[in-house]
Amino acid sequence: MNLKQNHFEIFGVPEEFDVDLDALEKRYLELQREVHPDRFAAASKAEQRVSMQLATRVNEAYETLKYPLDRAEYLLRLADVDPELETNTAMPPEFLAAQLERREALEAAVAAGDWERLIALSSELRVEEDALLGRLGRQLDARDWDNATASLRQLKFLEKFSEEIDSAEEGLET
Amino acid sequence: MSLMQISEPGQSPEPHQRRLAVGIDLGTTNSLVAAVRNGISVVLPDQDGQGLLPSVVRYLPDGHTVVGHEAELAQARDPKSTIASVKRYMGRGLKDVAHAENSPYDFVDSPGMVQLRTAAGVKSPVEVSADILRALRARAEETLGGDLAGAVITVPAYFDDAQRQATKDAGKLAGLNVLRLLNEPTAAAIAYGLDNASEGTFAVFDLGGGTFDLSILKLSRGVFEVLATAGDTALGGDDFDHRLYCWALEHARIGPVSPTDTRLLMLSAREAKENLTSHASTQLAATLSTGEPVELTLTASDFAAMTETLVAKTLQPVRKALRDAKLAPHDVDGVVMVGGATRMPHIQKAVAEFFGMPPLNNLDPDQVVALGAAVQANVLAGNRADGEDWLLLDVIPLSLGIETMGGLAEKIIPRNSTIPVARAQEFTTFKDGQTAMAIHVVQGEREKVSDCRSLGRFELHHIPPMVAGAARIRVQFQVDADGLLSVSARELTRGVEAAIAVKPSYGLGDAEIARVLEESHAHAADDMEARALAESRVEAEQLVAATESALGSDGDLIRAEERARIDSALADVRQRLQGVDRRALAAAVSALNRATEPFAARRMDRGVARALTGRKVDAIAED
Repeated sequence: MNLKQNHFEIFGVPEEFDVDLDALEKRYLELQREVHPDRFAAASKAEQRVSMQLATRVNEAYETLKYPLDRAEYLLRLADVDPELETNTAMPPEFLAAQLERREALEAAVAAGDWERLIALSSELRVEEDALLGRLGRQLDARDWDNATASLRQLKFLEKFSEEIDSAEEGLET
Repeated sequence: MSLMQISEPGQSPEPHQRRLAVGIDLGTTNSLVAAVRNGISVVLPDQDGQGLLPSVVRYLPDGHTVVGHEAELAQARDPKSTIASVKRYMGRGLKDVAHAENSPYDFVDSPGMVQLRTAAGVKSPVEVSADILRALRARAEETLGGDLAGAVITVPAYFDDAQRQATKDAGKLAGLNVLRLLNEPTAAAIAYGLDNASEGTFAVFDLGGGTFDLSILKLSRGVFEVLATAGDTALGGDDFDHRLYCWALEHARIGPVSPTDTRLLMLSAREAKENLTSHASTQLAATLSTGEPVELTLTASDFAAMTETLVAKTLQPVRKALRDAKLAPHDVDGVVMVGGATRMPHIQKAVAEFFGMPPLNNLDPDQVVALGAAVQANVLAGNRADGEDWLLLDVIPLSLGIETMGGLAEKIIPRNSTIPVARAQEFTTFKDGQTAMAIHVVQGEREKVSDCRSLGRFELHHIPPMVAGAARIRVQFQVDADGLLSVSARELTRGVEAAIAVKPSYGLGDAEIARVLEESHAHAADDMEARALAESRVEAEQLVAATESALGSDGDLIRAEERARIDSALADVRQRLQGVDRRALAAAVSALNRATEPFAARRMDRGVARALTGRKVDAIAED
């Protein structure tokens, strides 16, 4: 392993959207066993610095490959495609309409303190996310960057909404 | 030692090379020190056989300091100069201190951290904590019969950067080599997991004297992986005492009481609380300084009712951590109870109901944190035993970010990221010719900066003047394995490494530590300089041994001119070891460290490659 390798190379897994999460975790732990700063607490400052750099790098690579959206974004970047997640907010109109409806449902559930409805909303969301993730994976593997980027942006949108449901749940608890 | 660990992770040093290391639980109410002796982690008792050292420090007008039981007994008599629960004030400003008005102390509001006025002058919480640590260090060195090579100090998982930094500073001030700050629930999980050879997902419910933590860990094949952590750094057994104290004031119909009586009633309240652990009712009795008697009968159900909101408050972080770990209560295989306050029967009941299973209490909740910390300290000091091959992966508890336009906090590293972790963000200038930029670093989950904790303000200077928006400034956040943050910045278009001025708003600056060390030096009997020289010598000897062994096993990785540089740096260290000039020795050691850095990196690569090649072959064979 060295600092110039990309995330996939570090873990020795193929550069594609579907990764074997068990193999990834196994390799991650093997690498951390070698480089983690706990192994070098009594070592020279030079080794401690190298160890922190490598362990940080391994963590970064693992976090990125573990989460599908981060993995997708990373694949796009490796292909030199800028997904413009911060700047480009264009979405298909039917997607936006569905989200608007969903937002109204969330607001109504919060206003009514309806816990059950919040839980239901969050599982509906998960079903949609899973379907969209499947599509994203196929688009990435087909190197259909434009449509993959569009799917990723929609998934990012859903992820944010899911966080809002979480904080609404938290709000109802207090 | 270290260099050997790459090629032979299981190797343990010869007994005479064992380095003495301890785990310290620096608690709100009590502190403990533990060490691994003959392969078993044990709490080190004082001369009277007591393991727990009350975290109470009394400052006498003549400059003497009393720590522990004797100080605790003086609390009611000398409340202003006898400091208890100082952990609550670590890295905290006056406005953050709960119940300050009910506390007997004379707080001094100072920038960053609150201070306390005592008979021996104004003390910062870092100094008070250092006095507790010093007492534990003395106990450990006496029991173990030698100087300590290092210590692991535990902190609540939910401690923020300022509180961690303050704890590390206290360790330094007490003359300890702090090997690692370890999260308390993680320490407990190590002790529990190694003791029970457990596998699965565990929740650690840690209710101490002043802090509450909840961590979710996955234990599998020797890996302790923290999935999520949540908590409340201002919730603990003390709050239950305080509720009871308020109840006593109300029911005994007494008005405002003196600081002495406050202390007295708080102690009676705590005693009553402890009695209720094994009885259905108890007496709360005390005689005030006015001669007025207080005598009340308290039942367990009264107590449960008056502290119901506190119990409910512990369940909020439990839900949050589960949500962050994407788990439901029934996904948890066991709940480990830690901290003296978890002895309260109604806490046990609430936890059992929430998780749908009785919690695990098979290790002493007062000792388990120190025991786990000692195991970690022993391994970190380089005393890893054969077959002891576990790995700990911990997380940061709170998101780190910076202030952006409109007073909003932008997260750069999200909470529950596995450490060590680094993230970078790019910024630009908004004015033509702008050469400086202020960066405000904050920690917390809220959107508004004013609701987060301010960690420090950084100023970036010498940006080359350009038109607005042309400069590209990369700000890098690095969190180390202690959970401590450092920030660096660089202007990318011209490649200028810009200077960053760090003004810590919490914790002691290095200059301040030096000052306090100097002051303690003035009336300390042991010669600090001699001690420092001895420590530098040990470090230098270890480095020489490690370098020689590395050259022996991996000498083929170095080119001739690099070898010459290393050899000359080695010779210099050896020569300095003969003398008594500590600074010259330290300079030679860091020169050797610098000279071996590229070599260390290549050795690490080789170690990793070796480890992975071996396993790749296995993996192919399996397929």
